[in-house]
Amino acid sequence: MRASNVIGRFLLVILLTYLGLLAVTFFIGRVIPIDPVLAIVGDRAPEHVILRVREELGLNKPLWEQFYIYVSKVLHGDFGTSVLTSNPVMQDIRRTFPATFELATLGIVIGAGVGVPLGVWAAVRRGGLVDQIVRVMGLIGYSVPIFWLGLMALVVFYARLGWVGGPGRIDVVYEYTLVPVTGLLLLDTARAGEWQAFGNALSHLVLPASLLGYFSLAYISRMTRSFMLNELAQEYVIAARAKGLSETRIIWRHALRNAMVPLVTVIALSYAGLLEGSVLTETVFAWPGLGLYLTNSLQNADMNAVLGATIVVGSIFIGLNLLSDLLYNVLDPRTRAMTQAQ
Amino acid sequence: MKHSLFSITRRGLGAAAISMLLATLGALPALAATPKDTLVVAFAFDDIITMDPAEAFEISAGEIMGNTYDRLVRFDVADPSKLYGDLAKAWTVSPDGKTFSFELKPGLKFASGNALTAEDVVFSLQRAVLLDKTPAFILTQFGFSKDNVKDRIKQTGPLTLTIETDKSFAPSFVLNCLTANVAAIVDKKLVLSKEQNGDLGYAWLKTNYAGSGPLKLREWRANEIVALERNDSYYGDKAKLARVIYRHVKEAATQRLLLEKGDADIVRNLTPQDLAALAANKDIRTTSTPKGTVYYFSLNQKNPTLAKAEVREAFKWLVDYAAIGDTLIKNIGVVHQNFLPVGLLGASTENPYKLDVEKAKALLAKAGVPNGFKVTIDMRTVQPVQGITEAFQQTAKRAGIDVEILPGDGKQTLTKYRARTHDIYIGQWGADYWDPHTNADTFARNPDNADDAKSKPLAWRNSWAIPELTKKADAAVLERDPAKRRAMYEEMQADFRKNSPFVMLYQQTEVAAFRSDVEGLKLGPTSDSTYMFKVSKK
Repeated sequence: MRASNVIGRFLLVILLTYLGLLAVTFFIGRVIPIDPVLAIVGDRAPEHVILRVREELGLNKPLWEQFYIYVSKVLHGDFGTSVLTSNPVMQDIRRTFPATFELATLGIVIGAGVGVPLGVWAAVRRGGLVDQIVRVMGLIGYSVPIFWLGLMALVVFYARLGWVGGPGRIDVVYEYTLVPVTGLLLLDTARAGEWQAFGNALSHLVLPASLLGYFSLAYISRMTRSFMLNELAQEYVIAARAKGLSETRIIWRHALRNAMVPLVTVIALSYAGLLEGSVLTETVFAWPGLGLYLTNSLQNADMNAVLGATIVVGSIFIGLNLLSDLLYNVLDPRTRAMTQAQ
Repeated sequence: MKHSLFSITRRGLGAAAISMLLATLGALPALAATPKDTLVVAFAFDDIITMDPAEAFEISAGEIMGNTYDRLVRFDVADPSKLYGDLAKAWTVSPDGKTFSFELKPGLKFASGNALTAEDVVFSLQRAVLLDKTPAFILTQFGFSKDNVKDRIKQTGPLTLTIETDKSFAPSFVLNCLTANVAAIVDKKLVLSKEQNGDLGYAWLKTNYAGSGPLKLREWRANEIVALERNDSYYGDKAKLARVIYRHVKEAATQRLLLEKGDADIVRNLTPQDLAALAANKDIRTTSTPKGTVYYFSLNQKNPTLAKAEVREAFKWLVDYAAIGDTLIKNIGVVHQNFLPVGLLGASTENPYKLDVEKAKALLAKAGVPNGFKVTIDMRTVQPVQGITEAFQQTAKRAGIDVEILPGDGKQTLTKYRARTHDIYIGQWGADYWDPHTNADTFARNPDNADDAKSKPLAWRNSWAIPELTKKADAAVLERDPAKRRAMYEEMQADFRKNSPFVMLYQQTEVAAFRSDVEGLKLGPTSDSTYMFKVSKK
């Protein structure tokens, strides 16, 4: 009874979150001063064509009715068709999201994999060289536009040194050699045993992913440092030292473990941020991901596409929030006890 | 997993960081140039929304249509005033100028293998009128409607057909319009086999292909790739390369890197700065062509100050054309003060205006605003439009006019412009088809200046009521003597230069940069006449 109550409340919250998300996006989309008909018929269409399309899109109906129609369609699993790509919105998202997912995942692996240890190091050697480096990296990460850094990285590592593949997800040679199954090129090429194509896809992925990784690293390492400093000042650390535990053990097993609790949220939200797609990175690297899709749709008031993408992004946020809550339970015995007491 | 993370030692951590760096920068496979039989074009094509020739009207889509679909006639890219038969072997015009009879070349085939006959031609033209999408007006201006098109466009034999117009238009006008994409020929059998609910295959053809052109469309992935392949059933010279791959690359700097590195053979959207930087590179060459697109400032005549004749003229003396030509549009445009772009019949090359602040001041004084006034301009935040607007803001200030710039996204400023709520707008207009009427129709024609007018050309958008000029434009399109027709357009342009609320700025030059092993690339004057099937690689 109590458990079903909790689940019921949880589902209600999710439902309201989605509805709120849709409503806000929908109404913002309708008040932006762009005529959605323009994206479809262009600037040259005769008046009668414009009126007909406006009617076909249902734009002459009251706003609330348009919203109602949209939501009921979504509930039936129909997200509509994008006016820009002529494809069903979900098909577009299935195509663009894997590109972003691949990029964001490698990005966060780099960001967290390097950022957390670096932050720990900086906290332990506070004021030392590593700390200074972390500070400068953080500063650059905050202040340098990703757009510029991306281009510079392309110039150096792609154009001059030739170490990595250029813009785009894969060389044109491989474009029609493999059948997309998941849309994740690394996975698809590996499944097919096309190792050359795999290497090529990886060489294209590594630069934008490192760039995104660097920007999340800058944030994650700063946060790690401050959480760690907080933990290292706690009495239990002194107690552990008094007990004669090794410094390595104190730092990595005790202090970091406690710092991990808030850190998980930081990492999860960074990941969610990357999964939205980074418009600027995707532009510089000609990466056909969700960020570009969403921006382009928004600029053309292609509301079906914008709303569909918003649902996906919203779901990612909700999902990752949920995941970090669950991880809290694993990492922090106190929250576990609290849940059990409930 | 958890354990290993927490048990990393500091030394191990350093090693991990270094290996991560190595993984990022390390020994990855070297890159190959593009394949010999494939042309890779980096192009910003996020404007494409459909691949149906009856609907496609966007610049990038035009190019795909021009390469993948045939039409009855095409114009000669080297001299656009000359027409030649594409699918048509011959044509005649009846003495009254209303009936055009076409005979097709024999043995034509679609890429699908289906035979191409007069039935397909008639179906395609009728279909464009029946679907009535944006570009349909190019055909319906000859009097076709949903009700009459089946009688006006008729098959008369297996390879013959007639097209009957409602007035005796200038034959060149009718034929020029038939070179447009909307008059491209689609595979009737294939399209109808994909029909849903009587849509004439519209839903299917948006993302598919049913043509007979030298290249065939393999795939269009919006904002990602357009893949074309050689069509071996093509009637004429086969495409030189097996494949043409367009990759969507929005950022000019990225395009430049791809070209320099050899991962793109041709790039299409470089900035003047990129072009200047590439000039020193021996492996890269450029080609350019004047396009049918003109840029202008326009003054909304709903604004009482801007509606004064002297004020209109004053603005024409307040643009530093020479400076703009030498810097902001260097290599990508040529100063041009007429509504007809060079290349169209009758286009004038007279550019009487230059920056003359004193003259402008005198005109403003005459108009009763000697101390200038405040005015806004709606501007898209793209180059070179932004630079030109800012330069204009400076020069206008010298005559006391305080120009406030309202920057916006393209669709946003356009929405406002179309609602006639702007003061000044900086815009561009590209020819819809290769005939002077396309621009006369919008710049010099305004049949009804009312807010709820049926047709809303650029003259309407600036609330410029011009009954006399409209009559002239209507007469020019019916003039069957080419010399007289040319003179009529010249006269209209002279009138327009002096009196219109349009400050014409420049005509666009399209530039493409390509690797030196690319041969046969020629940019066409219209978007649908850049023929990639003629390009080869050494």
